Amino acid sequence: MTDSAVEELLAESRVVICCGSGGVGKTTIAAVLALEGARRGRNTCVVTIDPAKRLADALGLEALSDTPSAIDRERWDDSGTATAGGSISALMLDTKSTFDKLVTGNAETDDQAQRILDNRFYRNVSGALGGTQEYMAMEKLHELHEHGNFDLIVVDTPPTRHALDFLDAPRRLVRLLDNRIFRMLMMPTRAYLKVASVAVQTFLRTVAKVVGSEVIDDVVAFFRAFEGMEAGFRTRALAVEELLAAPDTAFVLVTSPRRDALEEAQFFAQQLEQGGQQIDALIVNRVHPMFGDEAPAGLRAAAAELRKGDDEGSRDEQAAERLAERYENLADFREVAEIEREHLRGVHERVGSASITYVPYLSRDVYDFAALHEIGGLLFDDSATAGSTITER
Amino acid sequence: MEVARFCSASHVVIVAGKGGVGKTTVTAGLAVAAARAGSSVLIVEVEGKSGLATMFGTEAFSYDELDLEPGIRARFLTPDAALVDYLESHGMRRISKRLIASGALEVVATAVPGMKDILVLGKVKSLDESRAADLLIVDAPAAGHAVSFLLSPRGLLDAVRVGPISKQASDVVALLSDPARCQVMLVTLPEETPVSEAIETAYAIEDRAGVALGPVVVNQCFEPLPVGVSASVDDVRAEAEAAGRFVSDREAHDLARAVEFRATRHDVQREQIDRLRAQLPLPTIELPFLFTPDIGRPQVDVLADALTRGIERL
Repeated sequence: MTDSAVEELLAESRVVICCGSGGVGKTTIAAVLALEGARRGRNTCVVTIDPAKRLADALGLEALSDTPSAIDRERWDDSGTATAGGSISALMLDTKSTFDKLVTGNAETDDQAQRILDNRFYRNVSGALGGTQEYMAMEKLHELHEHGNFDLIVVDTPPTRHALDFLDAPRRLVRLLDNRIFRMLMMPTRAYLKVASVAVQTFLRTVAKVVGSEVIDDVVAFFRAFEGMEAGFRTRALAVEELLAAPDTAFVLVTSPRRDALEEAQFFAQQLEQGGQQIDALIVNRVHPMFGDEAPAGLRAAAAELRKGDDEGSRDEQAAERLAERYENLADFREVAEIEREHLRGVHERVGSASITYVPYLSRDVYDFAALHEIGGLLFDDSATAGSTITER
Repeated sequence: MEVARFCSASHVVIVAGKGGVGKTTVTAGLAVAAARAGSSVLIVEVEGKSGLATMFGTEAFSYDELDLEPGIRARFLTPDAALVDYLESHGMRRISKRLIASGALEVVATAVPGMKDILVLGKVKSLDESRAADLLIVDAPAAGHAVSFLLSPRGLLDAVRVGPISKQASDVVALLSDPARCQVMLVTLPEETPVSEAIETAYAIEDRAGVALGPVVVNQCFEPLPVGVSASVDDVRAEAEAAGRFVSDREAHDLARAVEFRATRHDVQREQIDRLRAQLPLPTIELPFLFTPDIGRPQVDVLADALTRGIERL
């Protein structure tokens, strides 16, 4: 039996990045991939962003925890069927403390670090606002990759519409440090007003007029405190970029079969491509089951016929009505399944992914290892890969 | 409550919820329901998603208003355009273009988190003041961003204490915290995770952002199958015999499995809706599950019907 596309991807990667729009089950898929890696004997770590409460409980994450904690083997392998040697650790990204650590680690003196940590502008940007979460997710990945002793790291990404937000995140601070306005702000007190051109002066005054001069002062203080640290941040941004481009880093795009989600997935893939990345696997989550192969129209006709009644009056009308309801119900599900399949046809080519894998809609919610493993079974089952389920109905 | 009265009770309705729960569909359904009741509607889109335009079969929205159909207009508010608009109306026309072109908004937005949100919400506020429509429906940003979107004016007031942006922020706070002007309509799905998140979001919106909550919309609810329609294959066979119809073995299995799937989903959904009602003292409006992954204009009508019935029962 050949390995499924996802199985192969998992075997060949050291880093797997799960991306996609919100509400498609990205966090769940990330947990499934980490669990299946562990079951195959790898030392895995899953970085989650904002897991649902019960999934967080299953992963042993009671609160934000910046350091990975290993999950007891009995909890994820209670049947004892997994390959020996594997482990799974989980952490929930704490944006602020990750950023604090980055600052402390790069500062030349404790005093410099403290001045930054106390700055009001820093306190604003280090919270979960405006791209910082994406930046810190990548920073965490880098840290775990360098020092974590894991051979497989699965990263869930923040729900964002713009894929470039996280690809670009490490660079953004560097770009800010490079900006000529900020470079001027870093000059000794008010000296910038003397050397700056009239145009820039006008500009700064305008900015101050709009947002208030306090903000400018905070920013100036922040960037002064930053002096000497840019090189460290620049090196770091490059290292993260290299890691993302490495051959053993894989991008998994998760989507649902709904039209809006698929449109978003294609938009996402385009953006990734512009950022020089390619989707290695497309996972379509929550696909409706097929329930046979009859055409919905025929099923509806059967229901109509049953409801017409019969001339002889010899049959059980209530049973006929119940059966008609069943035909209608089957027709409804067949219809939704067929339209979904129609939408999915060729979608992996449109997102430039080498493979496509479907995960059926489970009738129950997923929040424990047993259910995660059930999905794993579906993901790694070769018959669930493109070309089988989709075309051979 | 009459739909027209619902629309005039607060002129701004912010439709919020986690990604994938159907905010955009609810926005469209509410717009149609309000227009039918004779209210003029302006839909405000803030993320540039194509969903609404597809549903109404129109070109993509832009900053300028677009007529979708009689009584319904729409526009896409970008922070950039809102800033230019704002500066121009405050006598700073000359510099506004340069502020955008130089990428300065990006720099300032990094320095002042919530800046972009405040620009968009500020524009919503001025649309409300100028009575741009009887009802303004804001399709809020997806994911957990809805709470930070609504919290940003308060956060900004703390960071920026003087100047026009500060004034803008305090005006927006005044709009958001006045239930006679603005309410949030939360959208969720009858599933474990979305329900838990809706409960958390509801408390965060009311306690931290100080915005009044309207009814919670529970999207994609399965209607129950009639009593007696069981998931048993034997029952299918018995019914087929009693009704005098030939049903193949395979078909009998498919019929039974489809019933089982629906019944299980329905039970899980009921459990979650009950939990939502027990934990959140807000009225709920249930919208039916539509057996299609394509939401077009006909489906929007079905949702508008359900919303109308739901609002009338409030």
